[in-house]
Amino acid sequence: METNTEKKVNIKGAKQEDIMSPWKVVWKRLKRDKLAMIGLYTLIILVAVAVIGPFFSYAMEATDIENINAAPSMQHILGTDEVGRDVFARLMYGGRISLSVGIVSVAIEVLIGTILGGIAGYYGGVVDNIIMRLVDILMCFPFLPLLLMLSAVMSARHVDPKYRIYVVMFIIGIIGWGGLCRLIRGQILSLKEQEFMQAAEALGLKDRRKIFRHLLPNTFASIIVSATLSVGGAILTESSLSYLGLGVTPPTPSWGNMIQCAQDIYTLTFQPWRWIPPGVCIFLTVMAINLLGDGLRDALDPKLKR
Amino acid sequence: MRQYITRRLLEMIPVLIGVSIVIFFIFQLAPGDALSGNIDPKMSAERKAEIRHQLHLDEPVWVQYGYWAKGMLHGDLGESFYYKQPVSEVIHTYVWNSFYLSLAAFILSILIAIPIGVVSATKQYSVFDNAFTIIALIGISLPSFFFGLLLIKWFAYDHMIFPVSGMRTAGSSATGFAAFKDVMYHMALPLIVLTFGSLASIMRYTRSSMLEVIRQDYIRTARAKGLREKVVIYKHALRNAMIPIVTIFGMSLPGLFSGAMITEQLFNWPGIGPISLIAVNNRDFMLLMGINMFLAVLTLLGNLIADVSYALVDPRIRLK
Repeated sequence: METNTEKKVNIKGAKQEDIMSPWKVVWKRLKRDKLAMIGLYTLIILVAVAVIGPFFSYAMEATDIENINAAPSMQHILGTDEVGRDVFARLMYGGRISLSVGIVSVAIEVLIGTILGGIAGYYGGVVDNIIMRLVDILMCFPFLPLLLMLSAVMSARHVDPKYRIYVVMFIIGIIGWGGLCRLIRGQILSLKEQEFMQAAEALGLKDRRKIFRHLLPNTFASIIVSATLSVGGAILTESSLSYLGLGVTPPTPSWGNMIQCAQDIYTLTFQPWRWIPPGVCIFLTVMAINLLGDGLRDALDPKLKR
Repeated sequence: MRQYITRRLLEMIPVLIGVSIVIFFIFQLAPGDALSGNIDPKMSAERKAEIRHQLHLDEPVWVQYGYWAKGMLHGDLGESFYYKQPVSEVIHTYVWNSFYLSLAAFILSILIAIPIGVVSATKQYSVFDNAFTIIALIGISLPSFFFGLLLIKWFAYDHMIFPVSGMRTAGSSATGFAAFKDVMYHMALPLIVLTFGSLASIMRYTRSSMLEVIRQDYIRTARAKGLREKVVIYKHALRNAMIPIVTIFGMSLPGLFSGAMITEQLFNWPGIGPISLIAVNNRDFMLLMGINMFLAVLTLLGNLIADVSYALVDPRIRLK
């Protein structure tokens, strides 16, 4: 018996070794989905290059004055920009920025969305009403105009370019949680009527424990899918804002603001190495995330027959 | 039904008040006021104070909000500093250009996406289905500004098939059909960008709705009766599968006026997008507030239209 207890996996209740944990089941299903795996591997490669690559390349601000606006060559594999900075190096630094904006802003979204969604669904009544009206207000803003408004205020306050990236993360996160909040609330509403919640009630658990240990873990599947897809959306949003000059601003490179140079007709037509690579990176990243997110949705949905 | 609509309209009031408060106070976060921005530097301090007084800028924030809200109830959104015109007039001038472009894209994407969605559903997991699932994903993943830049490079500069930007040929005095042709010619590239971006959602919506319907008993009955597959799919299934699609029309309403901001900016299409960015860059906060308020109202109306039209086409839905 002792060996048996040792083999128990310590996640969310006891699970025997020979019974597959839910996460293993999901992973097994996901592995069968070719598109999702392509997405996953692409993503791993992109993240690895962005994180590790800069250690082996030119510095972000290093200028090569002899090669300004140089076409791709052995020395600079993606050429250089208007002050002789290596495009490939900036692409990797930009990747760090764009990816972290995506992840952090979604983390903010998920944090606010799940907590408020959980509270609204569990308590109902006045609390629910207040939170849901807040969501209504938030959701009736078209996304981009609201972002423009906030960026206008940010620009008017002359935020230091160094800190702009944090403000951008915060803005994207703070206006994006409405959808997730509604989703979680809906699920909690039906979950709290189930028997295991009666058991929790009978055990006399505290509200906080009931919400965070018993109700919310049951919504993990939707949170994960929604969060994954949101990272793609957030990266797109950041790049659009930065392209318009309202998000992350130079000298900090981001994939979006690197494409800004294409607003110049000469660069657009004759120096494609300066703006096509960052565009392709945004596309590949978001595409990979969407493929993975779709795959996860299928893998996490137990009702799905395939 | 009338009762339902009235109730929903009444429910909009608190939400709109909330929206207006949020919009107003976001701009209070900005330091200074309209007069500290791009204003004639030769203006004397007294004159500034005078204008501030006229615009109630010297009063407490909540009083200012009161004036703004009161104006809105009379349909007065204030005065745009950049355009030196009432905000509602600026919106009116530009919003229709946005509307025509977005409407064209919307119709085009429906015409393309619904047939593809239907075929995808009837041949689930076929090569056709998988290919278009991937194309749809590409459509969502490709940043619109990047796609637009690629199109501009290839079609406008390298091959000179379409114009680079604008809505009409400069200096053109064409009228009637020639003018229409000129606008269409300018619209082509932004139309491609917008359509490609919105194909995916309609396609997936149609596909999943259709998949649900063809599993229903009455479809099996129709097949059992010996009806031809074409009749089963296009007459019996499609009609019911279209019901949820109806809601897309309502949901798209605010998008028809605002969804194309970045594309419009890219192609210099004289719509809401470029003027919003001009407003951002010139601290024309009155105009931004007006645009946001206008779009918020449209969003709420769009949701209502979506719900009501759903009930109209589907007798199983009862609105209470």
